[in-house]
Amino acid sequence: MKRRLLLLLPLVGFLVLGIFLFMGLSINPFERDSALMAREFPTFELATLEDADRVVDESLLEGEVTLVNVWGEWCPTCKQEMPQLLDLAERGVRLVGVDYKDTRDKGRDFLDTYGNPFEVNIFDPEGTLGFDLGVYGAPETFLVDRDGIIRYHHTGYIKPEDVRDTILPEVEKWR
Amino acid sequence: MQTLLIPEIGHFALIIALLMALVQGVMPLAGAATRRPLWMAYARPMATGQFLFLAIAYLCLTASYLLDDFSVTNVANNSNSLLPWYYKASAVWGNHEGSVLLWSLILAGWTFAVSHFSRELPRDMLARVLGVMGLVSVGFLAFVLITSNPFARLLPNLPEDGADLNPLLQDFGLIVHPPMLYMGYVGFSVVFAFAIAALLGGRLDAAWTRWARPWTNIAWAFLTVGIALGSWWAYYELGWGGWWFWDPVENASLLPWLAGTALIHSLAVTEKRGSFKSWTVLLAISTFSLSLMGTFLVRSGVLTSVHAFANDPSRGLFILVLLGITVGLSLLLFALRAPRVSHQVGFNWLSRDALLLINNLLLVIITITVLLGTVYPLLLDALNLGKISVGPPYFNALFVPLTVLLCLFMGLGPLSRWKRMDGRDLFKRSWLAGLAALVIGGVAPLLYRGEWNLKVSLGVVVALWIVLPMARDLWTKTRHSAGRLAGIKRLSLAYWGMVLGHLGVAVTIIGVTVVSNYAIERNVRMGVGDSVEVAGYTFTMTELASRRGPNYLADAAEIEVRRGDSRRNFTMTPEKRLYIARGMPMTQVALSPGLFRDLYVAMGEELEGGSWAMRLQYKPFVRWLWLGALLMAAGGIMAVADKRYRRTVAARDPEGAPAARAREATA
Repeated sequence: MKRRLLLLLPLVGFLVLGIFLFMGLSINPFERDSALMAREFPTFELATLEDADRVVDESLLEGEVTLVNVWGEWCPTCKQEMPQLLDLAERGVRLVGVDYKDTRDKGRDFLDTYGNPFEVNIFDPEGTLGFDLGVYGAPETFLVDRDGIIRYHHTGYIKPEDVRDTILPEVEKWR
Repeated sequence: MQTLLIPEIGHFALIIALLMALVQGVMPLAGAATRRPLWMAYARPMATGQFLFLAIAYLCLTASYLLDDFSVTNVANNSNSLLPWYYKASAVWGNHEGSVLLWSLILAGWTFAVSHFSRELPRDMLARVLGVMGLVSVGFLAFVLITSNPFARLLPNLPEDGADLNPLLQDFGLIVHPPMLYMGYVGFSVVFAFAIAALLGGRLDAAWTRWARPWTNIAWAFLTVGIALGSWWAYYELGWGGWWFWDPVENASLLPWLAGTALIHSLAVTEKRGSFKSWTVLLAISTFSLSLMGTFLVRSGVLTSVHAFANDPSRGLFILVLLGITVGLSLLLFALRAPRVSHQVGFNWLSRDALLLINNLLLVIITITVLLGTVYPLLLDALNLGKISVGPPYFNALFVPLTVLLCLFMGLGPLSRWKRMDGRDLFKRSWLAGLAALVIGGVAPLLYRGEWNLKVSLGVVVALWIVLPMARDLWTKTRHSAGRLAGIKRLSLAYWGMVLGHLGVAVTIIGVTVVSNYAIERNVRMGVGDSVEVAGYTFTMTELASRRGPNYLADAAEIEVRRGDSRRNFTMTPEKRLYIARGMPMTQVALSPGLFRDLYVAMGEELEGGSWAMRLQYKPFVRWLWLGALLMAAGGIMAVADKRYRRTVAARDPEGAPAARAREATA
């Protein structure tokens, strides 16, 4: 009898592990901690996409909770993400775009074709701001609070259901 | 090019394969339980049919890739018309859906091989083995069809061109790494099926281990090569020059390897001595379970890493349920059936049995250590205790000492005898080798670098402690009245396999030790005409140019390398590529490989004034890491080629058969 209980041990160990793996599933895998979480938005000084003579810096993001979206004309997923961003803008969220590793003409064409939810777009042709933000590729989205601190990081595509389930609650939380 | 039919044929073939797997999983097992030969006879034809239809499905997907059929979602997301054809063909498994299809195809391939080569197995045993493999296949094919259909279409609005294959994966290493790894992972399903069949049949004698051993060795050899290829790929493709990161996905492949290593040793004990029976069954179940768990960890995206493709939680749940059913039922069966068939065989504490027991215990402890480190962040996260990551310090602090301990016993293993041996005899056989290892290891860093280094000495001592006693043993064993050559011929291939495998471990240890302690890395700013010296080599940038590849643009630097004052020089050409379709930058490393050192040049970011941030590295003995792994794999394969596994051949050869039997009796 004792031996039989001993033989059950592997099964018990596996079941415990299985429960944790199950709990792990409900954790959003894309919620990987950005190294920048709870840090200040990196400093930058770049022209805007709309106006090559207007230079903006990190103070652009202070004063109001802002969603910073990194996109590019070359990025197919960004096109699919646009309706969600337009939806967010319509719900009163302030959005700032970062046109990442793009040309000015292509970036403008993109906004003409797919709509422009952004208050302003930071033009980052060399990818320097993207590098400081640690983005892997577009699209990536950062939530910055009124003090310019990064509070939330969404890697990859914002699905239609993400708007209601994650993005809006996060925006409310830091308002 | 859009073809209406090819993806649909593939999809249809996949469905037929699932139905055949279902028959293969149900009928033979039911037949074995109720002793109906006709039902059992379903096993082999179904295994053949399943393999055939999966091969058709796989070829259809490959054809869709080669023909640029962007109406197939999978192709549109992972290929591009500019991609060279060989990357189109390998892009099939560079994504979630395709890689699970490959997994299933390989499982069907192993099943087919078992059904083909195991004709001399008792009928009910073969029926059970193929039945269990059929059930595993049902799970995976259902997973493919329900959550990850590679033939899903983008109709009617199909894209003009595809999104391209992730540039990280456009590489020779990727063409070969996943198939090798999967051959290993999935290959362990054979020994798993044998163990389950033995439990079901209640026949846990040494016979099942004899049949399962060759399959296990081959799977283990594939996994060894797969892991080594992954390490090699990370080394030159990621641009950092690291060769092991303790990344969760790397660990996921290391776990079944560690358990598999324990398994091939415990199988030997069970076959030769009839002991460790329950333990071997448990290891067989665990090894395949860890393979499945590795698949779960990678495919569910529970742990994020460089390897994880875009994931979706419903897939994760499906694999977890699959994992739960397979592993849970197997372990339950083990708990219920294992006691019925156990009996103890005695052995002395100084014997090969005991040394192999220690080997097994240590390997299991190492496996659990790595497993805990891998899932610990997940446990904390699940308990809401915060997000952390367990890094190399944890793994190195536990893995290295445990491995050293393992190697100390490993040196004695080949010298020892089954059942019991005299302590003085063991000492007589090993003291000289031990002393030589200590002396050579002690002075090795002095001779190599002129400076003593404890870690290097320890590494060399351990490696020599594995090799030297074995060399002495080899020397004694090949003594023969008709000369050395006759003596060498007398040794079995199984013995040579063991020698090669252990030699491989020693070679890898040397590689790890030297490259970890003596690698030099310099990050410098270089423009045209600048020179930098690293480890006695002078690197001069002679040219910067722009190039255009088939699907990328590149900045390339020409670096002239000269050793010391030597006249001879050679050129290295690192590149920074921008892949057009994804706009993704990639570092193309320039390597000058050598048995005793690699030179490694990677381009970083462009700096102002036309110069670049460059990373120059000197990597001594790094090749030994992978060379050792190849030796281990070769050892595993060689042991399979041993005559005693080729009964049918031996029976036809009147001279071979008695000799083989005689050798067996003495081994």
